[in-house]
Amino acid sequence: MSRYGIFICHCGKNIAETVDVEELTRRFSETGKLTVVEDYTYLCSDPGQNMIRDSIRDNRLNGVVIASCSPTLHEPTFRAVAEQAGLNKYKLEIANIREQCSWVHDATPEATDKAESIIGAALARVMHAEPLVPIKSPVVRKALVIGGGIAGIQSALDIADSGIEVILVEKDPSIGGHMAQLSETFPTLDCSQCILTPKMVAINRHPLVKIYTYSEIEEIAGSVGDFKVTIKQKPRYVKPDVCTACGDCSAVCPVVVPNEFDMGLKSRKAIYIPFPQAVPAVFTLDTDKCLGLFPLACGNCRDACSIGAIDYDMKPTYVEEHVGAVVVATGFDLYDMSNLGEYGYDQIADVVDGLYFERLLSASGPTDGVVRRPSDGTIPKEIVFIQCAGSREPERHKGYCSKICCMYTAKHAMLYQHSVHGGQSYVFYIDIRAGGRDYEEFYRRALDEGVVYVRGKVSKVYEENGKIVVRGSDTVAGGSVEVRADMVVLATPMEPARGTDELVHKLKLGCAEGGWIREIHPKLRPIEAVTPGFFLAGAIQGPKDIPESVAQASGAASKTIGLLNSEEMVKEPIVAAINEDLCVGCRLCVQMCPYNARVWEEDRRVATVNAMLCEGCGVCAAGCPSGATRQDGFTDAQIVAAVEATLEGPKDLIRKIFGPPSSDIVDIEKEMQEMADADGVSVEAVK
Amino acid sequence: MVRILQPEERREAVNRMHELSNQDILLCLQCGKCTAGCPFSNDMDLAPHQIVRMAQLGLIDELKASEAIWYCATCFTCVSRCPVAIDIAAVAEVIRLYLQMDDEARFDPESIPKSLTENAPQQALVSLYRKFGN
Repeated sequence: MSRYGIFICHCGKNIAETVDVEELTRRFSETGKLTVVEDYTYLCSDPGQNMIRDSIRDNRLNGVVIASCSPTLHEPTFRAVAEQAGLNKYKLEIANIREQCSWVHDATPEATDKAESIIGAALARVMHAEPLVPIKSPVVRKALVIGGGIAGIQSALDIADSGIEVILVEKDPSIGGHMAQLSETFPTLDCSQCILTPKMVAINRHPLVKIYTYSEIEEIAGSVGDFKVTIKQKPRYVKPDVCTACGDCSAVCPVVVPNEFDMGLKSRKAIYIPFPQAVPAVFTLDTDKCLGLFPLACGNCRDACSIGAIDYDMKPTYVEEHVGAVVVATGFDLYDMSNLGEYGYDQIADVVDGLYFERLLSASGPTDGVVRRPSDGTIPKEIVFIQCAGSREPERHKGYCSKICCMYTAKHAMLYQHSVHGGQSYVFYIDIRAGGRDYEEFYRRALDEGVVYVRGKVSKVYEENGKIVVRGSDTVAGGSVEVRADMVVLATPMEPARGTDELVHKLKLGCAEGGWIREIHPKLRPIEAVTPGFFLAGAIQGPKDIPESVAQASGAASKTIGLLNSEEMVKEPIVAAINEDLCVGCRLCVQMCPYNARVWEEDRRVATVNAMLCEGCGVCAAGCPSGATRQDGFTDAQIVAAVEATLEGPKDLIRKIFGPPSSDIVDIEKEMQEMADADGVSVEAVK
Repeated sequence: MVRILQPEERREAVNRMHELSNQDILLCLQCGKCTAGCPFSNDMDLAPHQIVRMAQLGLIDELKASEAIWYCATCFTCVSRCPVAIDIAAVAEVIRLYLQMDDEARFDPESIPKSLTENAPQQALVSLYRKFGN
């Protein structure tokens, strides 16, 4: 005998204000088909949970519907209650009558009817649900961190310090990221390299960290707890274990090109080390710039290297690693300034972006920290900073606030005035966003030091008689303003690092607007990516400053450690399953599966399921022509029953679900007699 | 002093402006880029960003009384640079339309010197009537 229970939550006024909960309870009770129908103010409260638990136990229920909020919120809560009461937790379904009903409708009878339909559909699903058992698998106790900027470094260090092995992959020749390029950091003005390099050294020396620089993720397969990662190591043409970074090769290299690390302010050779503190301290041969290896055009570097570290025959190598969890920390790049036509970039040499200015201010930079104009090397006397240059412009560039620009512009304006005696900084801004400890104070310090803040956006930047004319407005004073400056710095927005799109595809992560990688929940699960086993650290999630990136990196590390310290992975059994007797071996499912979870077994000629890889998307179940594949938790029987119950409409819902009551059963003989009488023929003729 | 209207009155003014200009003026974040680029902003009694601000507040009477709406040359520099793509020229146009509806003409056609009517291109005269006449 089937014994079902429905529990309807008021959620305070959230549901009860719109949906007539008493009426719902009455409708389901009066069917006489249900063992329990109860409503309660807050089912998720302790007394609410206890009521459900006791009711399941006392009434020996074997199927339960909870009509409440979205299953993303309290499904785990109520399923745990079912388990406590001895009911298989997959025999409990949530009917979402809040997000999908009360919150989106007005208080009308139709809203109550709709709630009834939703509950009816859930009941139909429960009636056809099979008890399921969670899937368990072992965990590989090793982590992968993608990106060697400050966020990646911090995450890797924290994970390794807890005794777990870490693989760190960085696409550039050295770790360090953008932070290595910065001069001083707000709001404390401590030297960026001075605080970063100790961490770079620490991670390089850490026995549990293996760093792959000049490497990229080629492929990633598997699922949370056991990923198989293929790492492509690009050829450096220099043996890292032999090279001593003496620089003899670079000295004889005839090719001089702009150094990317210095934003092109300084040159490097085709064989180079990006900056002195690079980790690893190994030279890299840039074959895009080299005169040529095949055929060999020069060969100077190999001849100069007395220890034989240079190997022109190096090929890309592919390394396979197994890890249990992945931290994605690939960071940001700045928005391309050539998009900002009205600000004169590309036409005026002395219009630069923030990172370029960082290199000019850096004591170890190409000008030894003296601010010089890129066009002629003179020291600028007046300098204009333009905030929101491309951010907060939804119709033209980026719609979002890039968050860090207010603070770094204040820093730039001050550092410039510290460096150039009598120099004057002007900052054009729309709003100053100085949320964060000591940030407002930092902005006030800039005001106090004589930085002129002009509240208005710049419309045009052009050159006239050797000066750069900046035409902006002062909306407070109420008119347009012109500043004739020697140099202009644009605070261009951060955007996801180049190549993020490709990585997102490989890792199968979700994106937010703007191309940032999205988290599961913006408030309560801000570190976990939507795909299980991936955690986010730093500016790949959205504009972030260093303290925030580091804090999140430690958070991601802690999540990773927690996951990798568990004995085994427990996975929801909402996966595909196969009836091997029905499988005809067409292999359509193998082709369709986006997760490589369908496995063709040649010897038995059936396509089985790797339950750990299966994400339960249902593509194979829908596509299987022989009906051999079934989607556990979403079987055809469950879905058809739910659809039929919904289509039936509120009045006949229960009848549809439980079948017609005995008195309603059609008497076929009687009906035929009636038809025969109406047509004036014999019953046999009708038959 | 800047007036604060009753909510219904303000909303009606804003909705009507939206209807007639097809511009979502509530999106304006007062960055001032329009004023920065406007060739006439320094001659105006209300700078372009202030025109939008007053329109947001529904202060149509003040806008009707302003000289700025007549200075707008509809050069569209503001429109091309606005981060949220508000056509401020269209907003000014609506204010001029309101004045026309009030039967207020900016000039007397009889006052145009004959030399001008004979020599000026016809299109210029039509534009003049459209913008200033009634």
